[in-house]
Amino acid sequence: MTDPCAHCEEMMQPYLDRALSEAEMAEAEAHLAECEPCRRRYRFEESLRVYVRQAVLEPMPAELRQKLAALRIPLE
Amino acid sequence: MEEPEEAQRLANEARDRVRFEEDALALAEQVYRVARHLAGSREEAEELVQETYARAFRSWRSFQPGTNLRAWLLRILTNLNIDRGRRQQRAPQMQALEANDYYLYDRLAESGDGVSDEERVVERLSRDAIVAALSAVPHDFRDVIVLVDLGDFSYQDAAQILDIPVGTVMSRLHRGRRILKRELAESALEKAR
Repeated sequence: MTDPCAHCEEMMQPYLDRALSEAEMAEAEAHLAECEPCRRRYRFEESLRVYVRQAVLEPMPAELRQKLAALRIPLE
Repeated sequence: MEEPEEAQRLANEARDRVRFEEDALALAEQVYRVARHLAGSREEAEELVQETYARAFRSWRSFQPGTNLRAWLLRILTNLNIDRGRRQQRAPQMQALEANDYYLYDRLAESGDGVSDEERVVERLSRDAIVAALSAVPHDFRDVIVLVDLGDFSYQDAAQILDIPVGTVMSRLHRGRRILKRELAESALEKAR
């Protein structure tokens, strides 16, 4: 028999991407409801994704916007 | 002298082109944010975005109105990125790079004072460490992470942009995220030493 926590780990990414089937979703949720360590790891992954997104966000330099606008083809 | 129909056609075309350019420029910020991490540096990202827009403005007629303009622009951008030979592939040793999905959590948990709050654990990672870890992920995997996780593109859009099957997007995404976590674990642990 497969280790339910290992199986839960396999389902983590598609679960958070909302890419699991309904049956798989129910299976993951049933395991998470009774397994604190897996629940913590799922919560961590969720926070990590948000944190990484925010950390790497870099606003566009203002002068680039002007350079792009200058590339427009003038009307004849 | 121009026929009235021809004059009308030209006027319509000019109007469509101006609208296209304005729509494309309105997406520049979003395009840059993705480009920044597809390219190796800020300077490369800026050049790449400029080349993308220059090409887009020239070939605006090949864009089908009503389809996803942001994906269309990113498709140009990723092609240019490949053409410019900026994809010097490291030959990644996947077994060495890739750990399981819980690796980062487990390493942070064991290096800290026990895990009580998952969000606090995440905060042990510095911004610089995250940027460096992302740029250390090999291109094929990073492109997918950047498009899906940072650019909010669907698996299908990412597949079209990169011209690869959806199944490949999913497998690269899952493996790429594991590689990223492995890189993050290494930089976090180095800092703790």
